[in-house]
Amino acid sequence: MTETIKTDAVIIGAGPCGLFAVFELGLLDIKAHVVDILDKVGGQCAELYPEKPIYDIPGLPEVTGQQLTENLMAQIKPFEPTFHLSEMIESLEKLPDGSFRLGTNAGTVFETKVVIIAAGGGSFQPKKPPISNVDEYEGQSVFYAVRKMEAFRGRDILVAGGGDSALDWLLNLQPLANSMTIVHRRDDFRAAPDSVNKMRALVAEGKVNLVIGQIGELKGPGGKLEAAAVKLPDGTVSEIKCDALLPFFGLTMKLGPLAEWGINLEQNLIPVDTEKFETSEPGIYAIGDINTYPGKLKLILSGFHEAALMAQSAIRRINPDKKVVFQYTTSSTNLQKKLGVA
Amino acid sequence: MPSITFISSSGEARTVDATNGSTVMETALQNGIPEIEAECGGACSCATCHVYVDAEWTEKVGGPSPMEEDMLDFAFEVKPESRLSCQIKVSDTLDGLKVHTPARQG
Repeated sequence: MTETIKTDAVIIGAGPCGLFAVFELGLLDIKAHVVDILDKVGGQCAELYPEKPIYDIPGLPEVTGQQLTENLMAQIKPFEPTFHLSEMIESLEKLPDGSFRLGTNAGTVFETKVVIIAAGGGSFQPKKPPISNVDEYEGQSVFYAVRKMEAFRGRDILVAGGGDSALDWLLNLQPLANSMTIVHRRDDFRAAPDSVNKMRALVAEGKVNLVIGQIGELKGPGGKLEAAAVKLPDGTVSEIKCDALLPFFGLTMKLGPLAEWGINLEQNLIPVDTEKFETSEPGIYAIGDINTYPGKLKLILSGFHEAALMAQSAIRRINPDKKVVFQYTTSSTNLQKKLGVA
Repeated sequence: MPSITFISSSGEARTVDATNGSTVMETALQNGIPEIEAECGGACSCATCHVYVDAEWTEKVGGPSPMEEDMLDFAFEVKPESRLSCQIKVSDTLDGLKVHTPARQG
């Protein structure tokens, strides 16, 4: 049993709005823990469009998703947030004193006075191939991530996909596997050229079987995979013997466990008021793309504004006796001390 | 004003007006076409606006760019007439365009 982390604020989501919430809370002396299912900060900016320019951040005529993330990380550094990456909040329960207990899929437990949901379009989860009976095989024969390489020793592995994840795991697992096959829809791989060359060398040596096609059907009883039917470009079907399938088709956003926390939802969005950006549950706030209110625009700048107003409400909940005086970073020595510039 | 017909995976056709310069994906979202998700909002980063261009139109619409072709690796049931609808710009030459939407985007 891990120790419970007691804190004032837990932010769910390390995208731009979650990161900026650290800043706004930090100015009010609230320390935050930030949880994100991705293994890196930045959310969609880092995962979906790190190299694409964004043109509508006030004061930044052109900035890439990656640069914006780096800038935000520099901006919040003085407030020393604690990040819990590759973790997803699975459970949320209200405690008798009005605080909340949160648990992650990695076993981390928080007790916090406020919760800020900045989860964007939901949590990034692996795309499942559209095979009707894939669920039956998951966990036993179909894996979207590799946790322990040893578990794949001696198996007949089929990797599907043509990107870096597919090729990295092919190269890592091939020495352990009894047989290794990769299936991809075209004879062109977008993965790093070095990985592609290594894979092609293994194919030439006969150590990896390369099949151009798309997975159609899984075969084998009771979740025990025995073979996969692959549709070839000429329309015929080839059956590939395998007992482990690793599909790598990127990530998709799913609302995930937060749908079960008892917060009101409207078409997969969380309705909030526009004074505090609070959900139907006092003490739980929602900012950024995940919330909705009349006139809502899914813009990063809207999320920044929402973070600032949320923090004003959060401080009153966390520390009801504290008198909150509104201050500017340009003139307040107090704020400048917190930012480490005075 | 060019029109575009979206044909669902179950064969239901809907014809809508489109604006020159906008994308087929934007047209779909504005008209509430199901089976187009467009998670990334048109950045050619997610492959959830996948469509099949009708056989009569593949030549006029043309094929995907190398970046789009890479992104199609994340789509399912990819066919030679597969495109990402955020990468197809509407113009008068595409008036009457027909695209088929897949049963699943992701």
